[in-house]
Amino acid sequence: MPAPVEPPIETPASLPEAYAVLADSSAEDPVTPIAGGTDVMVRITGEIGEPPRRMVDLSRLRELRGIAVDRGAVVLGALTTYTEIRRSSVCREHLPALVEAAATIGAGQIQNRGTIGGNAANASPAGDTLPVLLALDAAFEVGSNRGQRAITADAFWVAYRRTALAPDELILRIRIPIGSGRETRFRKIGTRRAQAISKVVLALSWVDQDGPPGSGRVAPIAPTGNGPIGTWRDVRLALGSVADRPIRTRATEAVLEAASPTPEIADAAAEALAGEIHPIDDVRSTAEYRRVVAARALHRMIRDAGGW
Amino acid sequence: MGEWRFAVNGEAVEVEAPGMRRLLDILREDLGLTGTKEGCGEGECGACTVLVDGAPVDSCLVPVCQVEGARIATVEGLATTSSEGPVLDRLQEAFLEMGGAQCGICTPGMLMAARSYLDSGGGPDEVAIREAIAGNLCRCTGYTKIVEAIAVAAGGPG
Ligand SMILES: Cc1cc2nc3c(=O)[nH]c(=O)nc-3n(C[C@H](O)[C@H](O)[C@H](O)COP(=O)(O)OP(=O)(O)OC[C@H]3O[C@@H](n4cnc5c(N)ncnc54)[C@H](O)[C@@H]3O)c2cc1C
Ligand code: FES
Ligand code: FES
Repeated sequence: MPAPVEPPIETPASLPEAYAVLADSSAEDPVTPIAGGTDVMVRITGEIGEPPRRMVDLSRLRELRGIAVDRGAVVLGALTTYTEIRRSSVCREHLPALVEAAATIGAGQIQNRGTIGGNAANASPAGDTLPVLLALDAAFEVGSNRGQRAITADAFWVAYRRTALAPDELILRIRIPIGSGRETRFRKIGTRRAQAISKVVLALSWVDQDGPPGSGRVAPIAPTGNGPIGTWRDVRLALGSVADRPIRTRATEAVLEAASPTPEIADAAAEALAGEIHPIDDVRSTAEYRRVVAARALHRMIRDAGGW
Repeated sequence: MGEWRFAVNGEAVEVEAPGMRRLLDILREDLGLTGTKEGCGEGECGACTVLVDGAPVDSCLVPVCQVEGARIATVEGLATTSSEGPVLDRLQEAFLEMGGAQCGICTPGMLMAARSYLDSGGGPDEVAIREAIAGNLCRCTGYTKIVEAIAVAAGGPG
């Protein structure tokens, strides 16, 4: 194993100081931030691509911590760890699918360090929280010396391992809207329960037009099997590990929009999804497996929601 | 280069090192605490597990600049001393008793992950123990004896 390189690192104590360090970061000569380090530390041996040349530590930036409810949204600081998400009563109440996703990441050692901002900025197509952020229509609040702006999740991952962040920008916070009665389901398929990178990962969300308003966590829709099955609105389906970046599958969403979770709709949506995604063969899985399993997992989610 | 201050097994230390040096290397090379092992160097195996402020982390993934002011616990801190010599931690006793260590490479990391599990109130439940050591790989024991040893240390039947 090659000796790890130890790139120079600045350790700013406040956000303005961090912005100053990042001010001359450019695509050709980037300053690489480190949050929990669970992705970037793997790169310092130089075995996987170029190791970073100069770095900035985010761990002292209190501005990037904390979980709060603010104006109809849960706001997560970029440095929020998976362990914090799992333990947060706010997340457990309002974002159960995100809590579920956090629990599938790595194992305890990784969850204690890895951050949601790092997952998003790292932009792996297999990042497990990313489909959840897409399905929940999250927005990233990002900033630099030049000011702050918001980027919606569906505009954030622009190409393979590339985000819409400028080289001098940091993710500050992630805003996730809540309270519209939205339901969300998450499913990750990996080799084993812990420490497995996804072969396929899905998040499905919808608003049940006929459901109790503002509930957001009522499942299944027809628990007794004989109540009315609701109509879904504003359906979002997002997947990871099936393209060069996490994606929304809008053709399949269209099949589910204004529909009810019946067996016929589940069949049609699964078929649409198998036709819509174009995964690849790689070390973790095959294209064919991914296509079949993604469609099955979606079918199962719809069945569970329909209570049949 | 920077100067970093933190506590290791209750003792204050100060090291001069590049901020990106791995905590694993600081412990083994700078401080001579070679109980902590390197397996994979990339967060997969857990051999390098230490506790930072009580929480298990892979020390191969932690740069020293991020532990300033923190309390680090390593395997060297588990046993205590008495007038009769070192006294093993209950977990170490249980690993010996139940055959939880073979080649020993995974053992320091297993012990620290298990220590944190017990410190946070974990009991002898097998499923919970397996989750607590899910980030620690062992190529020798098949895990059963390790799980049994942790259960014994947690007060379960031997
Ligand atoms: C053993 C192991 C298992 C893993 N298992 C999983 C898994 O199951 N699922 C999964 O999705 N991931 C997994 N990962 C990957 C990793 O843990 C996650 O992607 C994690 O969320 C990264 O967060 P971090 O804070 O550690 O990122 P870091 O390594 O600190 O940073 C990652 C990247 O994001 C950038 N960055 C970080 N924070 C910011 C910010 N606020 N603004 C701008 N840029 C930023 C960094 O410059 C870097 O390029 C695993 C990693 C390991 C080592
Ligand atoms: S050496 Fe750190 S996890 Fe394997
Ligand atoms: S005892 Fe050899 S790896 Fe666990």
